[in-house]
Amino acid sequence: MSGAPAAIWVAACAADDVEREDVVRFDHDGRTYAIYHSPDDAYYATDGLCTHEEAHLAEGFVSGTIIECPKHNGRFDYRTGEAKGAPVCVNLKIYPVKIEAGRIFIDLA
Amino acid sequence: MAVESRARDYSLIGPEGAKAQEKGLAGAAWYQSPIPRKQLKDLMQRSDGPALRDTAIWIAALALSGSAAAWLWGTWWCVPAFFVYGVLYGSSSDSRWHECGHRTAFKTRWMNDVVYQLACFMILREPTVWRWSHARHHTDTIIVGRDPEIAVPRPAYIPGILLNLFALKSGAKAVRLLFIHAAGRLAPEEETFIPEAEHGRVYVVARIYLAIFAAVAAACAAVASILPAMLIGLPTFYGGWLAVVFGVTQHAGLAEDILDHRLNSRTVTMNPLLRFLYWNMNYHVEHHMFPAVPYHALPRLHAVVKSDCPPPYPSLWAAYAEIVPALLRQSKDPSYCVRRMPGAVAGSR
Ligand code: FES
Repeated sequence: MSGAPAAIWVAACAADDVEREDVVRFDHDGRTYAIYHSPDDAYYATDGLCTHEEAHLAEGFVSGTIIECPKHNGRFDYRTGEAKGAPVCVNLKIYPVKIEAGRIFIDLA
Repeated sequence: MAVESRARDYSLIGPEGAKAQEKGLAGAAWYQSPIPRKQLKDLMQRSDGPALRDTAIWIAALALSGSAAAWLWGTWWCVPAFFVYGVLYGSSSDSRWHECGHRTAFKTRWMNDVVYQLACFMILREPTVWRWSHARHHTDTIIVGRDPEIAVPRPAYIPGILLNLFALKSGAKAVRLLFIHAAGRLAPEEETFIPEAEHGRVYVVARIYLAIFAAVAAACAAVASILPAMLIGLPTFYGGWLAVVFGVTQHAGLAEDILDHRLNSRTVTMNPLLRFLYWNMNYHVEHHMFPAVPYHALPRLHAVVKSDCPPPYPSLWAAYAEIVPALLRQSKDPSYCVRRMPGAVAGSR
């Protein structure tokens, strides 16, 4: 029987490293992720590269729950990964996040 | 050393695009002046205030000059009124579609989208086509065979630039493309940068544009006067000259095929009136380096990065004092380009 894959929690950074309403980049195992701190003090994680032309989203602009890509201003809801219109058409992959002892872990399973 | 005088192929479907890809120039990483994240975040902050104020002034000035022109129709006094109306309609729309296309002018998304649609119509740039064309321009700025928005290819065709002062070349092309799109087709070059999912939207908007122009033509016939067209449609042509004067300064005569906006773009200092008409697009190096910074923050961004950039041109005159000789020289030697940063490698081939 195969259920949901077992979680693979990976320590990304300290919670303090991500300012509120901001984003940081996290590289792991040859891949790039983006970790967000929302205005209501929650943390989220997505793939780090834009689905349009692979710009680093951590260099972009966080406004509320939207991450705007630094290259062509494409926007995603970083909580759901939803692409919010041209030039981004493909949703962003999101990852579960947990905080333990002041550190952010993301589930890369 | 022999001068290579052969013109390059600027088409997006010619051999240069593949060559750019082979050389790693397509979709590449670009130089950015270092800015601490905190400072950049502050510069990227959005606000509705400046664009609401500027848009209210713009619309009011359009309404006032347009009403005056219509009121004075039939007298010579209508000429200055149409002059003002035409510049506001045919030239200021250039920076409005541009900033709202980036969705940075206003904080509120729908406001960007409304002004984008209006300004696109005024300058006769189909909104879906130009959204995608401009994305490519930012990905591959002045990369030959990749950038659809190279305004002045080498060698420069000076009569073409002069014709465009009244949108005679660009406008004719735009009208031809409107008919192609309305017929449910794209030009082959456009297929290289507009995703298939967006094609339908292009066709619908082209039909709407043509319907509006048909309605204006019908209004002209009904009142037996070209006044309706002087207010809607023709200002794109008779009022577009300032957009060309501004637009040519952005990249003309500078390096091609180089991944550094300091070497292929110009920042020109302008007075507040010109900066209002141009919505600070004169800070063009800064805009290309950091397109997420809204137009109203570009003067502040300029102050932050200026020590890492070539000195700005102090005026439009100063920019043209460089551009005109450069274009004339390129007509004999297309490999020539202006190099402004000593030590930087601005090889363009
Ligand atoms: S690379 Fe992100 S919007 Fe284009």
